[in-house]
Amino acid sequence: MLSIKNLYASVEGQEILKGINLEIKPGEVHAIMGPNGSGKSTLANVLAGKEEYEITAGEVFFQSENLLEKSPENRAKDGLFLGFQYPVEIPGVPMANFIKTAVNEHRKHRGEKELTAGEFLKLMRAKMELVEMKTKLTNRSVNEGFSGGEKKKNEIFQMAMLEPKLAILDETDSGLDIDALKTVANGVNALKSPETSSIIITHYQRLLDYIVPDFVHVLYHGKIVKSAGKELALELEEKGYDWIKKENGN
Amino acid sequence: MSVLVEKANLSLKYMAHYNEVKELLFEGSSEVINAARKKAFQDFVLQGIPTRKNEKYKYTNLHPKFLPDYNFVHQRKNNTVDTKTVFNCDVPQLGNKPTLIFNGWFDENSNQSKEFPEGIILCSLEKIAHDNPKLLQKYYAQIANTATDPLVALNTAFAKDGYFIYIPKNLIVEKPIQLINFLHANNSTFVTQRNIIVIESGASAKLILCDHTLNLNQYLNNSVTEIFVGENASLDYYNLQNQHNKTTSINSIFIQQERDSVVTTHTTTLHGGLIRNNLKIVMNGENAVANMFGMAFIDKKQHVDNSTQVIHVKPHCESNQVYKNVLGDESTGAFSGQIHVVRDAQKTNAFQRNNNLLLTDQATMQTKPQLIIDADDVKCSHGATVGQIDQEAMFYLRSRGIDEDKARMMMMNAFAHEVVQEIKVELLRDRIDGLVEKRLNGEVARCHECAYNCEC
Repeated sequence: MLSIKNLYASVEGQEILKGINLEIKPGEVHAIMGPNGSGKSTLANVLAGKEEYEITAGEVFFQSENLLEKSPENRAKDGLFLGFQYPVEIPGVPMANFIKTAVNEHRKHRGEKELTAGEFLKLMRAKMELVEMKTKLTNRSVNEGFSGGEKKKNEIFQMAMLEPKLAILDETDSGLDIDALKTVANGVNALKSPETSSIIITHYQRLLDYIVPDFVHVLYHGKIVKSAGKELALELEEKGYDWIKKENGN
Repeated sequence: MSVLVEKANLSLKYMAHYNEVKELLFEGSSEVINAARKKAFQDFVLQGIPTRKNEKYKYTNLHPKFLPDYNFVHQRKNNTVDTKTVFNCDVPQLGNKPTLIFNGWFDENSNQSKEFPEGIILCSLEKIAHDNPKLLQKYYAQIANTATDPLVALNTAFAKDGYFIYIPKNLIVEKPIQLINFLHANNSTFVTQRNIIVIESGASAKLILCDHTLNLNQYLNNSVTEIFVGENASLDYYNLQNQHNKTTSINSIFIQQERDSVVTTHTTTLHGGLIRNNLKIVMNGENAVANMFGMAFIDKKQHVDNSTQVIHVKPHCESNQVYKNVLGDESTGAFSGQIHVVRDAQKTNAFQRNNNLLLTDQATMQTKPQLIIDADDVKCSHGATVGQIDQEAMFYLRSRGIDEDKARMMMMNAFAHEVVQEIKVELLRDRIDGLVEKRLNGEVARCHECAYNCEC
C-alpha cells in the first residue's frame, strides 16, 4: 500500500524528517506516536503533498506509484486521505458544495458518473449517520463555527464520503472528550476493511483503546526509533517518552 | 505644450462645447433644470476636470478618458434599437419588465410604470419637469453640490434627461423596479444622465439598475443621482455594472436620509474600463441606518474606484460599509471611504471594511479609510486588507481531491459570498451569483440575452 524509503524533508531550511522508513500493507493499522516536535505532523503533511515542505532525499510509493511527484489533489483521488489536526475554517465555501465537488472529482477520476443531487443527499445522510454527525451542514461553510469536536467529526465524515484506501489521521483525538473520541473511533472502525489501511498519529494511548493498531512506531527527532506491536503504546503511556529520549541521546 | 496647458485645454474643450450647444441645452428644458445649469457651468469653469492633484482623484486618472472627441446626445433621438429583439432580460420573474434608458434618455415606450401601484411616478426627468415642475424643484440639484464637485457641475451643465421615481407616502412597493441603462450609439459618445429618487415617509421600494453596452464604441458616462429617503422609509438600491472595457463610467450618488429610514446600496462591478462610483450619504435624522455594499471582479487593465462619504449629522444612526475587490491581471483598484461624525451626533455606530484579493503581482489596490469624529460617544471602526488567497485553505480543498483551479474558484467565490448574500432579492442574488462565478472563471460574464453585439 505505502512504502516510505529513507525520507528526508525540511521546511525553511530546517530539516525535520531525517530518514523515515515505513512499510504499510493493505488492511493494517499503524499508530505513530512521539513527543511534540518530533515530526509527526510533518510526515502527514508531506504525504498529503503540502507544498511548503521540501523533500531532500528518499522516496515514497503509494500503490506502487511514485507519490511525491503527484499534486495533493491527485494523491487524494488515488485514495490517500489526511484527517487534519487543525481543520481550517473556510467562510463562504458551503460545506455541502465542497464535499459534493470532492466526491464527484473522485468519481470522475475513477471513470464513474457524477452523483445527482438526490444520490448525493442520500449518500451524505448515510455517512453522517455512520459517524454520528449531528451538525447541520446545509447553509454552513466548511468548518466555520464548528466546535473542536465537530471539526474532528467532520474530518471523519469526509473520510467516510471519500472512502480512501489509506487514511492518515493527524491527532484526530486531541481536544475530544471521551464520547466524541468513541464516536470518531467507531467511525474509523466502521470504514476498516482488508483492502484499506490507516496511519493514526496520536500523543495518547487512549484512542488506541478503540482503534487497535497492528503496529506502533515512535517518531523522535525525525526518525522512527522504535517499532513494535500495540503493547508499545501501553508502555509509552506508563513510562512517558523520557526513556526513548535517553535511549536516543536526547 | 506643457502638460499644465494641455490639461487646461482639456477643460476648455468642454467649456467651448457648452457654449457651442448652449441653445440646444436650454431649449425645451424646464426652468428648474436650466436655472441650475447656469450656475453649474460657472462652477465647472472654476474647477475644471479633476486631475490627480485633486485629493479625491489621486488614484484615478480621468484625463485620458476625457481626451477623445466624443459626440454628445443633447436631444432626444428616436430609439433605433428594436428593444424586443435586442434585449430581453431573462430574469423576468423579478417582477415586471424592465424600463429602458438609452444613452441617458429615458425611453417612455418601455415605461413599466402602469405595472406598479397607483400613485408612484416613474418617468423621464423631462416629463416630470413639464408635468410637475414644482415637485421637481423641491429635489433637483438640492444635494448634488456643483460648487465642490466638478463632475457634478459638468453633469448639471449638460443635464437634459434621466429617470424620476417618486414613491408616495406609506406606499410599500413589493416588486422591484428594474431599470436598464444602455449605451448604444454609432460612434464614441459622451452621455449625461441625471436621476432623482424620492421615497416619501413610510414608503418603501427596491430598485435594480443594470448598466450595459450594446456595441463596442467608446463611451463616457457621467451620471448623477439624487436620492431622498423620508422618515421611516426604506430603499434598496442594487446596481449591476456590466459595460464593455472601453467604457468610462462615473456615477455620483447623493442620498439624504431622514429619521428611522433604512437605505441599502449594493454595487456589483463585472466589466467596464474605468469606473468611478461616488456615494455620499447624509444621515439627516435620528435612528437612520445605511448599509453600503460593493464588490468588483476585474482583470485586464480595468480600473475601479469606489469613493464613499457618510456624514452622521444626527445622533443614534448606524452606517455599515463592506467593499470587496478581486483584482486579476494588471487591473487597478481604489477605495476611499470617509466617515464624518459631526458634533452632537452621539451614539453613532459607523463601520467600514474594505477587503481586496490580488490574484497577480501586477494588480494593485489603493485603499484609504478616513474617520473624522467630532462627537465623543460613538463607535466607529474601519479596516482594510490587501492579500492573496489563503494557502492553508487551498491545501485543505486540494487534499480532498479538488484541483487547484477549482479550489481557487471556490476560494474567490467564498471571498465574494459575504457581499453577494447581502442581495435581498433572491432572483437577483442567484443571477449575480452565477455571473460572479462566470467572471471568476475567466469567462465574459454577460447576461444571457445581452450577448447581442457585445464582445465585452
